[in-house]
Parts: sequence; structure tokens; C-alpha cells
Amino acid sequence: MALYSEKVMDHFLHPRNVGIIEDADAVGEVGNAKCGDIMKMYLKIENDIITDVKFETFGCGSAIASSSMATELIKGKPVSEALELTNKAVAEALDGLPDYKMHCSVLAEEAIKSALENYNKGKEEA
Amino acid sequence: MIYADNAATTKMSDAAAETMAALIRDCWGNPSSLYLHGQKAKEALEKAREDVAAVIGASPREIYFTSGGSESDNQAIVSAARLGKEKGKTHIISTAFEHHAVLHTLEKLKDEGFDITLLPVHENGIVRPDEVEAAITDSTCLVTVMFANNEIGTVQPIREIGAVCRKHGVLFHTDAVQAIAHIPVNVADDNIDMLSASAHKFHGPKGSGFLYVKKGIRLTNLIEGGAQERGKRAGTENVPGIAAMARALKDESAKIDENTARLVTLRNKLIDGLSQIEHSALNGDPEHRLPGNVNFCFEGIEGEALLLLLDSKGIAASSGSACTSGSLDPSHVLLAIGRPHDVAHGSLRLSIGPDLTDDEADYIIKSVSEVVDYLRSFSPVWRDLQSGKLSHLL
Ligand SMILES: Cc1ncc(COP(=O)(O)O)c(C=O)c1O
Ligand SMILES: [Zn+2]
Repeated sequence: MALYSEKVMDHFLHPRNVGIIEDADAVGEVGNAKCGDIMKMYLKIENDIITDVKFETFGCGSAIASSSMATELIKGKPVSEALELTNKAVAEALDGLPDYKMHCSVLAEEAIKSALENYNKGKEEA
Repeated sequence: MIYADNAATTKMSDAAAETMAALIRDCWGNPSSLYLHGQKAKEALEKAREDVAAVIGASPREIYFTSGGSESDNQAIVSAARLGKEKGKTHIISTAFEHHAVLHTLEKLKDEGFDITLLPVHENGIVRPDEVEAAITDSTCLVTVMFANNEIGTVQPIREIGAVCRKHGVLFHTDAVQAIAHIPVNVADDNIDMLSASAHKFHGPKGSGFLYVKKGIRLTNLIEGGAQERGKRAGTENVPGIAAMARALKDESAKIDENTARLVTLRNKLIDGLSQIEHSALNGDPEHRLPGNVNFCFEGIEGEALLLLLDSKGIAASSGSACTSGSLDPSHVLLAIGRPHDVAHGSLRLSIGPDLTDDEADYIIKSVSEVVDYLRSFSPVWRDLQSGKLSHLL
């Protein structure tokens, strides 16, 4: 048995939506280098739909695979739906993560929430 | 697969495996039984004890067979602590970068009222004998310092530390798990009172080890029961494992010079190659290190991701990142030599064997460079380092 599921390895070895969006409508960054995982999400939003998303991650295999999966799960979705994404859903979509790795998937959820919070704040200010 | 994780464990040598198989098949008696079949097992056991003793310069009565390095460390330290306590001495000196078999045993003793001093290991990962001497008090009952560190491979001035301990009449234990059969170790020359070793680190089987205890030092049992191992370690002996360990120890020790010459060349080639990667740094002293150990930190990346990608390229290695251990903190060894958390997460340990080819070493260098570049290409930390938002630490 390998440490990770095939899905995790697929998303780790071939991460989707890697990179940055220069003119992103929302950016969220969570984690810190001290604990070993940092995730940054860039979102493009039109009419409350997430039309594009990219990520950058400093972290382990689970963190990278979770970021990749999370971007797929929210791309094309309404903001309200993206806000409901949980780390459990991300882990399930990856066919599971080892117990001690669950915390690495939390960052994906948090990075999206952080980006959307910044987006909403921006809207209020505008 | 290119196996570059010999500090984690080694492949059993053919001779050790055959020794083990033959004994399992033909010599399965209980060494405590009086009939011939038992006595043949006893003979194999005592022959192994003589062989092990001869390799490290001890006498057979000073060798106790155990289940490995962890048990040996536990028993050595607990025994010295007991002896100390009987004389009212409850101070133990060790170092910040010992194996957890030592550190956790010391933590337990601390809870029981012992004073524990963990000496610094400095940026180069080397303990200073004068600092050992300065730390010794009238209450010190034990100094325990590893012979060579399992992560960064630094070799300690054991002979000098041993001499300091002798001078002050303090027991000296060394965890030589990573050193035995890789570099010369001699308990007499090196002023060692107690020494731990583990077979699976020198091409012997897992679950076999030994503890050397200088004559006159009374051991405390961790396992009570029968009278095996001079009454100090109960349980029917693992004769096949012990005999295979002795065989591996003899064979590997005879090859130290030859292996060292080869390994140092390969090691230095790897160090030179990996040093070309920008913002990287070798961990631990470049000279005073095990011949097969290479340990680097790379800024802006995380170690587990590095390992997984190397695995996908057929290279087996290890890292001190938190995410490889399941804890939230990176390696205590890297923190002890002063690497900040951020950098310690991005570490790589290659522990090579003499059968590594030059081409394989080149392939490792090329693969690590590619993987580090790739991971940096989407690392927000690397982006911030490049843009100047964060400052480089390496
Ligand atoms: C320095 C050191 N001490 C102790 C041990 C524990 O040895 P064992 O696995 O035989 O219990 C190890 C192995 O991981 C080690 O590297
Ligand atoms: Zn992680």
C-alpha cells in the first residue's frame, strides 16, 4: 500500500490550476512557513461566479494535492457554493488522506475562504 | 530504485541473510536447554558474542544482546540513572540532537526528579568536549552523547569526551547506532563505558542489537524473567538474528577502509553538486561526518513534496520536515544546529551505500535540482524570497 491514494498522487504529480492570476479579483493566503504549509489562492470572479482560479503552495504532497483538488471543485461555481467547501469534501474527492495529513487539507478550505472574505470586504469598501 | 536511505535501514547482506536462514532451519533449539540441540544454539549465541566483542575491543562478558538501538539506549540510561541515584547523584548530561530513544528516556527521568542538561551542538553539529567538562558537577552520574548523528551524520569527538568523563569519574554512554561498522569504533581506545548498537543499520536484521557495558557497571533490567544475558535481559534469545548481526558486523567492519574511500568520493561529489542549487546549504560539518551522509536544506520548498517527487524518479531518500514525521515541528536536529523552522522543513537526507555508482550520483544531483526548481516554481514562499518581500536565510 502506498502512503497516498492514486488520486492524491495524480493531483500531486500533475497539479491543476497551478500559478498566479495577475489581475485576480480575490487573493487569499493562509498558513505560515513555520508549520510547513503555505497556500495562496487567486480567484477571478464575474457575476458572483468563480470563472478562474490558480494556486501556489509551499507544502507537502497532501497540501499540494488538496490545493489542486480544491481549485477544481470551485472553478465555475458560485461564490456562495465555494464558501461552503470543506476540507472533508476536498479529502473525500481525493479518495481520502491519511489521518495525520488531514490538517494539510484544511489550508485549501481556509485559503478559499480567506480570498472570498477579502473579495467581500473589497466589495463593501467599493 | 536508487536507495539513498541507509541511515533509516540497510538491506541485509547475503551472508547475514544466509546465516539467519540456516539457523532458523537447522539450529532452532533453545540455548537454555541442556540437550545437544539446545547447546548447539547456545554455541552459536556465544560465538556471536565473541565476534561482536572482538570487533569493538570488548570482552564477550561485556556484550548484552537486545532488540536493537532503542532498547540498548533505554537500558544503558536507566541503569546509569539507577546507579547514580543510589549515590545521590541525579544529574545527567546529554545533547540537544540525540535520537528520541535517548531524549524520551531522559524526559522520563526528568519527571522522576533528575536534572538533565542538554548541551548545544553548535552550527556545525559537533559537541565540544570542554563544554561537557564544564557541565559536569559533583552530582553528575552520566554523560550520554551519540557517536554520529542519524540525520546530519556529524561524528562527535567521542574519545575526547570519554577522556573528560574518565577524568571526573562519570559514566559515559554513547549511542553508536549510526557509527558502528561505518567508522572505526573501539570501546577501549574511545574511553566508552556503555555503547548501543543496532544490526539493521549495518546490513544485519531488524530487531537485533546489543549493548556493551564495561565490566563492573551494574545493569538494571528492563525486561524481567529468565536468566538470559547474565540475568540482565530476560527472554529466549533471538539466536538467528543475533548470529546474523555478528556476521554482518564482522563483514562490514572489515570493509570500513575500502567503503570509506569510495563513499567519501561519492559523498563529496553529491555535496558539490547539490551546493550548485541556489539558496541551499549543507547541514553539519563538511569534514567530521559519516562517509555516506549528505544533508541539505533548500529554501522555499517543503521536504515531503521533495521526497515524493524523488520517489517518482526512483530515488529513496528522507527529510526532516514536519510533514514526513506527522508532527508539526521539523527535525529537532536541524533546529538544534540553528536552522530556522522555515528552512528546516525543506531538508533532504541522502545516506548512501558504497554500491552507488557515479552515474547514479549524477542522476541524484540532476533529479534533486529539477525537483527543487519545479517546487519553487509554484511556491509562494519562493516568490516572496525572489521579490524581496522575504529575505533569504540561506
Ligand atoms: C542514532 C540512533 N539511535 C537509535 C536508533 C534506534 O534503533 P532501533 O531501530 O534498532 O531501535 C536509531 C535508528 O533509527 C538511530 O539512528
Ligand atoms: Zn502537510
